Amino acid sequence: MAVEIDSETLSLRREIARARRRGWMLFLRRLGAHRSFRVGFALFSLIVLLAVFADLIAPYDPNKNDYRSLLAAPSMQHWFGTDGFGRDILSRVIHGTRVSLGIGISVVVMTGVFGVFLGMLAGYVRWLDNALMRIMDGLMAFPGVLLAIALAAALGPSALNAVIALTITFTPRTARVVRSSVLVIRELPYVEAAMAVGAGHARIIFRYILANALSPLIVQLTFVFAVSILAEAILSFLGVGPPPPAPSLGNIIAEGRNYLQDASWIAFFPGMAIAAAVLGLNLMGDGLRDITDPRLSAKRDAG
Amino acid sequence: MIGFLARRLLSALPVLFVVSLVSFIIIAIVPGDVTAEIAGSDSTEAQRMEIRERLGLDRPMVEQAVRWYGRLLQGDLGDSYLLNMSVTDAVLERLPVTLSLAAIALVLAVVLGVLLGIVAAIRHDSWLDQGSMSLALFGLSVPDFWFALILISVFSVGLGWLPTGGYVPASESFLGWARSMTLPALALAITQMGVVARMTRSAMLDVMSQDYIRTARAKGLRRHSIIFKHALRNALVPIVTVIGVMTGVLLGGAVVIESVFSLPGVGRLIIGAIQRRDYPIIQGGLLITAATFVFVNILVDLAYGWLDPRVRDGR
Repeated sequence: MAVEIDSETLSLRREIARARRRGWMLFLRRLGAHRSFRVGFALFSLIVLLAVFADLIAPYDPNKNDYRSLLAAPSMQHWFGTDGFGRDILSRVIHGTRVSLGIGISVVVMTGVFGVFLGMLAGYVRWLDNALMRIMDGLMAFPGVLLAIALAAALGPSALNAVIALTITFTPRTARVVRSSVLVIRELPYVEAAMAVGAGHARIIFRYILANALSPLIVQLTFVFAVSILAEAILSFLGVGPPPPAPSLGNIIAEGRNYLQDASWIAFFPGMAIAAAVLGLNLMGDGLRDITDPRLSAKRDAG
Repeated sequence: MIGFLARRLLSALPVLFVVSLVSFIIIAIVPGDVTAEIAGSDSTEAQRMEIRERLGLDRPMVEQAVRWYGRLLQGDLGDSYLLNMSVTDAVLERLPVTLSLAAIALVLAVVLGVLLGIVAAIRHDSWLDQGSMSLALFGLSVPDFWFALILISVFSVGLGWLPTGGYVPASESFLGWARSMTLPALALAITQMGVVARMTRSAMLDVMSQDYIRTARAKGLRRHSIIFKHALRNALVPIVTVIGVMTGVLLGGAVVIESVFSLPGVGRLIIGAIQRRDYPIIQGGLLITAATFVFVNILVDLAYGWLDPRVRDGR
């Protein structure tokens, strides 16, 4: 069905596109001016660069034993010292950020997909709302990362299973965030108008509802990213995460635990790397939240 | 109030149902032959058969679920494979340690967090504000189990002030108990302290700009009486609302902290069970911890309803 587009509509469309671009520029400029966002972005970018170019940056092979320098303290040769096998901690930490960020981003993507799907379903399909939300409440009743630990333990230690366990743990809260935006947005006049002119469900859902539910979702996902890095470290630390010898920040700390007396640097540095990544994400999340919805500031801290 | 309590209890039922179902499913998702995992790789087929029969794993899933619920309603969560006692006893015996650890951490987090938040708010935009908020952000960002190790290496290994781990029951020696709980509670509290500090600061800033505070100032009231009597009281309301959520995080965090400090709580029980594939303990520990959390949340809601009549009279 070809529709004749007259010049007036065309110029209107151009006008809309321009306004949209201006909106984006304004948003990015505000983010750039937000001090804690800038600091967080710089910090997090640094960690991402380390993870992406780990092979080029790491001075040693992270799994190479060197029996001539066991438990060496930090020095010019080994900035972060070495562990009980003489492996270079700096190289292990750099490679470990790759595992942490990889798992973190996978959890963010999966949580985003499932959270949006379930949240939309609950918010849009009224008769499903109650049942779905009771299931989400039930999953949220497991305190902290306990559910993730149990799931990862049952499924067996691997990176994939860690992602599955963390996704199941973090999806409910994300679905809640999406649902509550949907419940507000679906009552707004412009959605009613879209329905009145006969827009299909898919169009209403993606174009009108999802597009406007995006900013609280992005803030939430930044937060999920930070929490999954912390949670992955816990899983690895407890031995139910991705298995050794491949370094992950959590399992380096777990190894370092046995050397607290003689070689506290083994546990110290990977923890600092986790803190840096999480701090960067928290600062970015703060900035995004301040700019997209200042009213949320106090609430998100409730965690 | 009775109606509010009844409503609240009723709404906990579906949650508990999902919790019990998930706990049941945990064993079902173990890949491969669970009995081989339990009995070890050198076990004979006959041994495995016997375990399978004892656990009812040879029955169809639905029958297993029916049995699980039948026993659950009688408070029977099965027996541990290795501990030679019932799961209920094993978990309940260790629950007080976990609960007291979480409770101490909660008090620490709230007290330290509120203090930091007040300091930041009344010295808004000063170096004190920035310092407190940096500390709060640091707390939010460090992994608590790692912070626990750092505390151990400074205060136990380095300075030798406190034990590196282990537990002394309060009935034996109160001082010993306090010493054994100090570092774990501090480590556990750090994250939530950051949360509370940030919330307190923004709530205080909010409240301090309101008219009644200006009135109090105009009346010539003392500064500390304005801050503590007038402002803080209202600023604390949002903190009360998140105590339930915080308890959950602390209970979950206690699992890891207990295993760092070798405290005999539910967490260490569960982690030990994971390493030795004692599935009924994992299942029961998960279920009882979650049920405790649901119960604590009801208590928090009741307290909140008591503080704020608008809540109990319903939406």
